[in-house]
Amino acid sequence: MTETGMFGAQGTGDTSGYGGLVRTAVSPGSSERPYGGYFDDIADDLERAYPDFSNAIEKVVVDRGELTLHIKREKLFEVAMILREKLLFEMCLGVSGVHYPTDLNRELHAVYPLLSITRNQRVRLEVSVSDSDPHIPSLVEVWAGNNWNERETFDMFGIIFDGHPGLTRILMPDDWRGHPQRKDYPLGGIPVEYKGATVPPPDERRSYK
Amino acid sequence: MSSITDPYASSRETTEGTVFSVTGGDWDSLVTEIGATKEERVVVNMGPQHPSTHGVLRLVLELEGETVTEVRCGIGYLHTGIEKNTEYRSWTQGVTFVTRMDYLAPLFNEAAYCLGVEKLLGITNDVPERASAIRVMMMEFNRISSHMVALGTGALELGALSPMIFCFREREKVLDIFELVAGLRMNMAYFRPGGVAQDLPDGAIAKIRESVKELRRDFKDNVKLLVGNSIWMKRTEGIGYLDLAGCTTLGVTGPVLRSTGLPWDLRKTAPYCGYENYNFDVITADTCDVYGRFLIRMNELEQSLRIIEQCADVLEKLEGAPVMVADKKIAWPSQLALGGDGLGNSLDHIRQIMGTSMESLIHHFKLVTEGFHVPAGQVYSAVESPRGELGVHLVSDGGTKPYRVHFREPSFNNLQSTSAMCEGSLIADIIGAVASIDPVMGGVDR
Repeated sequence: MTETGMFGAQGTGDTSGYGGLVRTAVSPGSSERPYGGYFDDIADDLERAYPDFSNAIEKVVVDRGELTLHIKREKLFEVAMILREKLLFEMCLGVSGVHYPTDLNRELHAVYPLLSITRNQRVRLEVSVSDSDPHIPSLVEVWAGNNWNERETFDMFGIIFDGHPGLTRILMPDDWRGHPQRKDYPLGGIPVEYKGATVPPPDERRSYK
Repeated sequence: MSSITDPYASSRETTEGTVFSVTGGDWDSLVTEIGATKEERVVVNMGPQHPSTHGVLRLVLELEGETVTEVRCGIGYLHTGIEKNTEYRSWTQGVTFVTRMDYLAPLFNEAAYCLGVEKLLGITNDVPERASAIRVMMMEFNRISSHMVALGTGALELGALSPMIFCFREREKVLDIFELVAGLRMNMAYFRPGGVAQDLPDGAIAKIRESVKELRRDFKDNVKLLVGNSIWMKRTEGIGYLDLAGCTTLGVTGPVLRSTGLPWDLRKTAPYCGYENYNFDVITADTCDVYGRFLIRMNELEQSLRIIEQCADVLEKLEGAPVMVADKKIAWPSQLALGGDGLGNSLDHIRQIMGTSMESLIHHFKLVTEGFHVPAGQVYSAVESPRGELGVHLVSDGGTKPYRVHFREPSFNNLQSTSAMCEGSLIADIIGAVASIDPVMGGVDR
């Protein structure tokens, strides 16, 4: 798409010389044991408590001192239940959606940061689904506090949480169309006049990738 | 029927029976009309414009007489799309956006965001000690000003006017410190990835020490007014009950969680910014009610003052030490200066880049317009805000802008517990319960 931005810039308006490069979000690859710190304990405990572990976990990523378990969505509910009941992760600190349009058939990700007060440990669950089939089992039965968080992620990304007691929009008006946090949803805005010149809305200004 | 002609109290038939809608002030005509019906179920919309809902919060209440049988929150009235906006700005500019989420605790938003960016960059340990000490000091001042609003407006909403006057008097003192240090009283964008925007001005430590003394003296006024006050206790004791199991399953943190007796404070359990080097106590209560939360906030003020005093000692020792990472590819290029209208460019720096050094000018231009690249990946970083665990989920695609910024706002998560706290209680107690959660709608709706 060709667009004319501020100062008549064409295309991306990138003046850095790397305008032809297209950056795609790359998620880091699977980590190998030992994961370090308490991460091995969590993995060991989970393997012991959940026999179907190898089938449910797509990959384990240790990055920047944080442990991420990528879970198949069919197994998410079981794994979450085991994590709460057996591994004492009493708290789920919300649901964060991420939209990766270039990650084909895994465009929508839901990220659950978990906290164990008893163990003072943290782990992150990540589930990815395709844009055409955006269904993820709801975890409201595991952590009641996920109710609003799942509604927000539905509102912003259009991920449908199956089994949620009342999956409606929460931040946007009920009759809103589209899901604003998706990457293909424009930021919008209006041009602003400043000292005689017109500054275009933020998503039409020239940008550096 | 008379209701057809009455614009304020119309009625319609539904499968549930006759429903009367009242939108105006003519209560008498409604009472006459429903006098014959047996049921006394009334649904009341409280808010979004209501003086005691802490901002634009809408509560849908189902009442039987004065007893609340169901509470549902309507939120989203203050949604401004801050998370989406940050995806179109550089990593440094993000600070200016996130500081406006929870507007009573702007420095905590900035801190959580900056710690996240630093974690993504892998420079967590390179942040200078002086910068961390300034951050801790400013955050503790911010905790005081936030608690002051929580206590003052909470008391106001329950009908006690004097504490509000005192609380805002104390808050002014804290805002004066913010103005002195950061140039602005709210939404300062003072913390930046890598450190803080600028060093403390001359004489700041002396002023801070003086303010701490005054604050410690003046807090006593509120203690005298409220602690042990029998009217206050009747309005708050046993109200808004939420136990530990309720807190954990609902993801409730902060003073509400600590009012169940659990000393859970990220400053102790997962220290950041060097909190492990300061002596302070985690305040708890075991009453699980509004009074317990009130006492926790009261007593946390003294703990914050203790931390500030220790910070002042540290900062005196580290006089002249850097307040930004040494890496010039990340550190904000211009040395900012306080001007008459707040924080701005320093004239010395402008003179240098415009008049003396082309390389400086290029460096400045690149870093300010384009920003720095952040390696791809995702992190979650959390700080203990006055309301609980404030977490930030940051995703980078390797570019100069965030790929995704998500705030785990304690107000948002804690507000969910309103139903659990209030159903079955009297309508007047909802006010106290919501005030004890201390939700800030800017943070809830983002």
